[in-house]
Amino acid sequence: MIKGLALLSFCFLAGMWCGSLLGSSLGIDANVGGVGFAMIFFLLLKEASVKKGLWNGEFAFGIEFWNKLYIPIVIAMAASLNVKSALSSGLLALLAGLLPVLLAFWVFKVLIKKLGTS
Amino acid sequence: MEELHQVLGKNGLIFAFFVVGLLTYGADVISKKVFDSKIPGSALAIFLALGMGYLGGLIADGEQGLSDLPLFEGLSVLGGGMFRDFAIVATAAGASFLLIRKSGWIGFISLILGIGVFFLAGVALAWMMGYRDAVSLCTLGAGACTYIVGPVTGGALGASSEVIALSIATGVVKTIAVTILTPLLAKKIGLESPGSAMAFGGIMGTSSGVAAGLAATDPALVPYGAVTATFYTGLGCLVCPSLFYLILSTLLGA
Repeated sequence: MIKGLALLSFCFLAGMWCGSLLGSSLGIDANVGGVGFAMIFFLLLKEASVKKGLWNGEFAFGIEFWNKLYIPIVIAMAASLNVKSALSSGLLALLAGLLPVLLAFWVFKVLIKKLGTS
Repeated sequence: MEELHQVLGKNGLIFAFFVVGLLTYGADVISKKVFDSKIPGSALAIFLALGMGYLGGLIADGEQGLSDLPLFEGLSVLGGGMFRDFAIVATAAGASFLLIRKSGWIGFISLILGIGVFFLAGVALAWMMGYRDAVSLCTLGAGACTYIVGPVTGGALGASSEVIALSIATGVVKTIAVTILTPLLAKKIGLESPGSAMAFGGIMGTSSGVAAGLAATDPALVPYGAVTATFYTGLGCLVCPSLFYLILSTLLGA
């Protein structure tokens, strides 16, 4: 379990490091795409450890746990944000949540027509 | 009673597990009983949590929602940036290069299109509502992608708590909209084959919304939509705070 978790931690830290290196090289004080880099490292190392036969149930459990925890974390985060002042722009959340979806349905229709359903 | 308060105060993170678990259970029950499982329990739970954050803000008059109340401080630990980013990286466990090859170029095109469309539309709407700084615009555009990409982007760029809350709310509205509209519009837009379901997952992106919407359309399509949707959030977390932010801040000249 802890070996899987250690692999995940390694990828996370390496990704964050890349993110902040990229951030400072661009001259912005922010972590630029660290999560994305970490995911790429993790995918690569996951592939490698599957090949080496390291990836078994016990190993994967340490990662699976965090995978499953992500919705609960988002729930906790949602409850600890400044929702009160965000509500004054609640209309934006409604519009920005709904209108792009309608647009995307249209884009999908056009794409499928162009490609022909395969 | 005082002893209980002490215990809960000292073990904030553990208490947060309990609170979130309870909330999730309640949301699942409501999803089943009231909405006939048509709205995903997770989207409902996030929505309820936003409601609790609002109540917390009213009572404590602070900037961190419910976690401004000493009793609920643990929520800001569980929902803090470190755990959040770590758990998101762990979600990549469900993906693999085999899946990427399987979804192929139709998946790739639809992912690029999907993230582009939602981000641009989100930024445009935020602009119309009066937001002018690159950080807020980028966070809100990312929120239009999913309720994960929004806070990850906002956290990385240092957006305000208010804007991050707004980006999550936007993502939740999107999930619910996709869930409800997919079965209604499926026939009209030609969503009926595994190939089209893959493209659909890539364009819409919200995993829970796509899965729930496809399940209501045709359960056989769910795995195909899920394949591409899995990559949407990861790709969004990569490009929104980096490439898209750079483009935005260059355009705004800041």
